Amino acid sequence: MPAILQVKNLKTHFFTDAGVVKAVDGVSFDVQAGETLAIVGESGSGKSITALSILGLIPSPPGEIIDGEVIFDGRDLLELSDEEVREVRGNQIAMIFQEPMTSLNPVLTIGEQVAEPIEVHKNLPRDAAMARCVELLAKVQISDGENRARDYPHQFSGGMRQRVMIAMALSCSPKLIISDEPTTALDVTVQAQVLELLKELTQEQGAAQILITHDLGVVARYADHVNVMYAGRIVESGTAISIYDDPRHPYTIGLMASIPNLDDDVKEKLIPIEGQPPNLAKLPPGCPFRPRCRHAIDRCAVERPELETVADEHKKACWIDVNGQ
Amino acid sequence: MSTGNEERILEVRDLKVHFPVAKGILFKRHIGDIKAVDGISFHAHRGETVGLVGESGCGKSTTGLAILRMLPVTAGEIIFEGENIANYTKTEMRSVRRRMQMIYQDPFGSLNPRMSIATIVGEPLVVHDMAGSRAEFDERIAELLEIVGLDPAMRGRYPHEFSGGQRQRIGIARALAVNPDFIVCDEPVSALDVSIQAQVINILEELQERLGLTYLFIAHDLAVVRHISDRIVVMYLGKIVESASRLDLYHEPKHPYTKALLAAVPIPNPRAEAAREHIFLEGEVPSPLNPPSGCHFHPRCPYVTDRCRTEEPEIKQAANGHSVACHLFD
Ligand SMILES: Nc1ncnc2c1ncn2[C@@H]1O[C@H](COP(=O)(O)OP(=O)(O)O)[C@@H](O)[C@H]1O
Ligand SMILES: Nc1ncnc2c1ncn2[C@@H]1O[C@H](COP(=O)(O)OP(=O)(O)O)[C@@H](O)[C@H]1O
Ligand SMILES: [Mg+2]
Ligand SMILES: [Mg+2]
Repeated sequence: MPAILQVKNLKTHFFTDAGVVKAVDGVSFDVQAGETLAIVGESGSGKSITALSILGLIPSPPGEIIDGEVIFDGRDLLELSDEEVREVRGNQIAMIFQEPMTSLNPVLTIGEQVAEPIEVHKNLPRDAAMARCVELLAKVQISDGENRARDYPHQFSGGMRQRVMIAMALSCSPKLIISDEPTTALDVTVQAQVLELLKELTQEQGAAQILITHDLGVVARYADHVNVMYAGRIVESGTAISIYDDPRHPYTIGLMASIPNLDDDVKEKLIPIEGQPPNLAKLPPGCPFRPRCRHAIDRCAVERPELETVADEHKKACWIDVNGQ
Repeated sequence: MSTGNEERILEVRDLKVHFPVAKGILFKRHIGDIKAVDGISFHAHRGETVGLVGESGCGKSTTGLAILRMLPVTAGEIIFEGENIANYTKTEMRSVRRRMQMIYQDPFGSLNPRMSIATIVGEPLVVHDMAGSRAEFDERIAELLEIVGLDPAMRGRYPHEFSGGQRQRIGIARALAVNPDFIVCDEPVSALDVSIQAQVINILEELQERLGLTYLFIAHDLAVVRHISDRIVVMYLGKIVESASRLDLYHEPKHPYTKALLAAVPIPNPRAEAAREHIFLEGEVPSPLNPPSGCHFHPRCPYVTDRCRTEEPEIKQAANGHSVACHLFD
């Protein structure tokens, strides 16, 4: 399968009073058609900025994409005009954010908001777009769509608003859907409904998905491939099975040991990752994980490791050979 | 950690917390009650952790706050260390209050930004006349900060200078200041990054072992609750639907709601996930102002029968302490 998206050496920095925040600092990965790629990492590791860079949504100033390529459908999105990017964004790449309330307009009805992009991108008259909207609401399991389309966002629960966002994302049959922590604010039961729906509908449309999350359980349930991010870089990547069966980066290994699993019968003590995530404006030389790493050697303080292949489809950026078992 | 101690430090009997709902601006009309907590009974042994789970809006926080008497109790008994404190006056509560403390979800919102760490942590000491001399006070603050893994030299700093995980440690130090026996932990790690959650969970576990604390641990993350709890109570719309030991609840869940909650939590292991049965609960928690008739869960229940629509199931105690409120188990 050909890659539908190729991100190459992406660097997005923020030029602030406190210094240059290297939010994304040399990130490369591919997304294959039809697959779900998860990006995991703790807050501040650059997950959202990676997504926003792909979509051309970096606030500038203070942000700037200083290097890299984002190849989608044979074109480098970073080279396109604003108008061309907007066309791609509404039509071929869709985005679902964590808090739908901030992406929905509170003074427009749900129907107006779902129908609008259909009218614009598919050039349909209003009533045809509205009919399509009711169809889409039914697809995301919102019944009584004709009436609910007349409601405003505040009349919907968090889970229902996220369904509306999915309906909007799917309205133009995108090839790629980027969801950024789409269920973090929701109950687990509603999270399961929303993620399952997202999975079914992306599969039905043959779309690929980038799923950004901090939840290793969600990754295990839904991802085919995983990128683990730390301090603006990918520190480990591989198939979901290889990352969980055989994690190789001390940060990935640390994450796995620090979370309780629902199926743990014996209460084993959790092993936390000590310390705090780094300040991206004041990164020390060498590997940014070194201050929290129990395996660090002298080299880690001076040279930053690049991603290298450790096994088929499995890469890590670490100087030492650590085994997670 | 279970100590095998059978002394009930806390016994809650038929607790109800209702919030009246009024409508109208000039002439307020009482139009009904939100039955946030509606007749729940459970207990905690000294030294154990009782987990309280359920979707948001099920009444978990209300339960915790009512036990601490930080909300008016509508009916029922709260027997704490042998005394029914449900109707205690403010003055009567004074001596009890020291022994029960709370740790909140949002360590930032619950810490006064204009107070130094020493003042925040020491405030309960002052309130309870336990501050002693200046030197004793200072020594106690240093000791408390050390217990939660913070450098006592940070005592003069302000909350905004700390990360989320550190602020939660400050919240824990403050709760510990007056040597409580019982602590309500309301979503204490929900706002923290995964790598930091484990730090805080470990501190809570170590303190429990060291000081013999009893926790009521409220969280929506079942994996965290199952990790820390000895027994788990599952709530739905103001009622307890099931309670069991941490092992039984996972291996032999009875109530369809418990099963659905467990199934919804993904396990961080793709092989385990692929082998699991995925059941999906439909819909969302209805409004507690107009709860469904009969069993509150019936509109979402895959096993619903006519009886569930009209008759409310009673909670049935089994010998091993596993209880369930569901007509399927009559
Ligand atoms: N507008 C901005 N100005 C300055 N720094 C920013 C801005 N937006 C994000 N950052 C910084 O970029 C880094 C990565 O952020 P983000 O991608 O949002 O992290 P994640 O999504 O992994 O939690 C963080 O350190 C964040 O503080
Ligand atoms: N002070 C209050 N006044 C009115 N309703 C309240 C109040 N506090 C909580 N509620 C309602 O009681 C129900 C239970 O709330 P809560 O105990 O916070 O649930 P949980 O902690 O399980 O999410 C909710 O419907 C909530 O809106
Ligand atoms: Mg983010
Ligand atoms: Mg709550």
